[in-house]
Amino acid sequence: MSVETADTAPRGADNGRRGERSAALTRILLLSIAPILAALVIAGGILLALGVDPLAYYGFVLERGLFNGLGLQQTLTRMAPLLLLAASLIVAFRAGIWNLGIDGQFLLAAVAAGALAPALIGTLPGWLTLVVCFVAAAAVGALWSVVPALLRAYQGVNEIITSLMMTFLGVSLANVLVKLLFLDPGTTVPQTRTLPVADRLPRLLDTTVSSGLLIGLVAVIAVHLMMTKTAFGLKLRVVGANPRAAVHAGLPVAKLTVAVFAISAALAGLAGAVEILGVHGNVRADWNPAYGLAVVPLVFLARLNGFAAIAYVFAFSVLSIGGESAARRLGVPHFFTLVLMAIILILLAVVEYVDHKRRAAGKA
Amino acid sequence: MQGLFTDAFLTSLVFGAISAGIPLLLAGLGEQVSEKAGVLNIGIEGMMLAGAYVGFVAAFYSSSLWLGFAGGAAGGAAVALVMALLCVRHGLNQIVVGIALTLGVEGLTALLHHFQFGRTYPRLDAATSLPIPVLADIPILGPALFDRHPIVYVAIAMVAVMAFVYRRTNLGLDLQAAGDKPAALDVAGVDVVTTRTVAVLATGVMAGVGGAFMANIGAGLFIPFMTGGAGFIGIVLAMLARGRPLWVLAGALIFGACLSMTTALQVAGVNIPTDVIQMLPFAAVMAVLVIFGRRASLPAALGLPYVRGAR
Repeated sequence: MSVETADTAPRGADNGRRGERSAALTRILLLSIAPILAALVIAGGILLALGVDPLAYYGFVLERGLFNGLGLQQTLTRMAPLLLLAASLIVAFRAGIWNLGIDGQFLLAAVAAGALAPALIGTLPGWLTLVVCFVAAAAVGALWSVVPALLRAYQGVNEIITSLMMTFLGVSLANVLVKLLFLDPGTTVPQTRTLPVADRLPRLLDTTVSSGLLIGLVAVIAVHLMMTKTAFGLKLRVVGANPRAAVHAGLPVAKLTVAVFAISAALAGLAGAVEILGVHGNVRADWNPAYGLAVVPLVFLARLNGFAAIAYVFAFSVLSIGGESAARRLGVPHFFTLVLMAIILILLAVVEYVDHKRRAAGKA
Repeated sequence: MQGLFTDAFLTSLVFGAISAGIPLLLAGLGEQVSEKAGVLNIGIEGMMLAGAYVGFVAAFYSSSLWLGFAGGAAGGAAVALVMALLCVRHGLNQIVVGIALTLGVEGLTALLHHFQFGRTYPRLDAATSLPIPVLADIPILGPALFDRHPIVYVAIAMVAVMAFVYRRTNLGLDLQAAGDKPAALDVAGVDVVTTRTVAVLATGVMAGVGGAFMANIGAGLFIPFMTGGAGFIGIVLAMLARGRPLWVLAGALIFGACLSMTTALQVAGVNIPTDVIQMLPFAAVMAVLVIFGRRASLPAALGLPYVRGAR
């Protein structure tokens, strides 16, 4: 991860001349856009091999996800949980922690919000219900990261594996909770009780866009500023860049590790709450959108920069909403988005590597 | 719960433990080779799934299980080749590439399966077994262990083969050195990149055969995303086994038993939701990591690309 973070941290804005800075910006833009274009071409080749016209497919995705009014509103609504997950990963990755358990944290928090909201809405005022649900979801998300956090902080057990295991556990546990504990007796489909549309997160102005979008945007920007501008963020970045140096600098590495996990998992929990309170109103059994692993590539593509992450989350939401309707209309399953993301991620790593080599050769 | 431990229950439990344990064993042994050589192979889940898909397709069209396993090995090795090329030869981030490969294989196999079979899931004929005389007649253990398709015997024999390679051959020493002190291996005149490439490809072959076993013998059909984290359990097995193949076997059988609980309990007539049962293997992994986490050991240079002359 050090390779990716090395170039991104904005260091000393005062030491570069204007020309140098715009050249650097062009280089970063080129490094980000080239792999995406190349991936679209390669993935287009796969579509062609499957007998689907790639131009028709991409055109359909853009039309449905971006140029169609209702589609665009769906795209913006879809951004809300993805932005919160991106914020969650930015905290963790900048601190050198691989929290790959966000899907489990997301899902259990979603179940918590889905179970609490309809139960509270009769007794508490609407806004207070939403606030309580958000707090509960964040707490549940954080709780689900306690074991990997403690194992990593105090036993040195690799958190990639433990957090992934917790996701597998969490997905099953969410199902158990929905089917056995929080089942809505009024429906035949196993799901939690439904929060009435009027009591969900308010919509923005006259659109169908959930106000969760604002929560997501605020979270990403706040996290970005926290990691780049505050002393706490600096401490976390030192732990991420070199844990041994952090120990020598007198930082409480174990405690910071637990804190990073808690913040990251709480944000993943908020993402689950936003999706339930803003869009679905209930949690169905076997529902698992698995947004988490899709956001991982986006965050890397953004080089752990919050503002860039917003742009990539938008692009991915277009792809995701457009891809879902293309699945119905053109018969291309939405698994195709996974393939596209994987190709982008690999090409990104390759481009990054080539650039690194080229610059190293230039210096020598 | 009366009569839970009947012969029928025990037989189906042990039989299931072996069926579910063999893919974990192959994944664990495979991951062990990579980790010994210093490569943390997160892409193993993708390698297994590629093996399951290619292995199933090969067996489906050729009606030969052996060609199926060859296909599985080739599918796993193909993914491993990408991993070796990017991470070992060029030193790209092993975790990013590993995640990307797993995501990509998940999407690609689901996509190909959709275009090939639509919503149908064709089945293979049941595997013919090769009973070992006398041993196959032992109650409970016999049908589970000694009356199986020969690939089961091959997989278990791999434990001894790997132990022999690690202890008695130069290749084994090279692998160990590539993980613990790559610079020393380089000085000794052995190419670190080649050694690690061999290791990653071996992982791909074993994981691929493990995946093909899941599809062709375990389930008899291919379902998208069917590996469901088995590759990740393989990583845990390799971490806990501290380089010893026999421990991978022990771990694979324990986790295999957890996985096979569902069917065994259903045979015994105990009604527990499958979602609860599905948590068992992962809960077991977490419990083991909580208890033995401190003792899990990994090579010193794990996850670090080797660049000659760099310090």
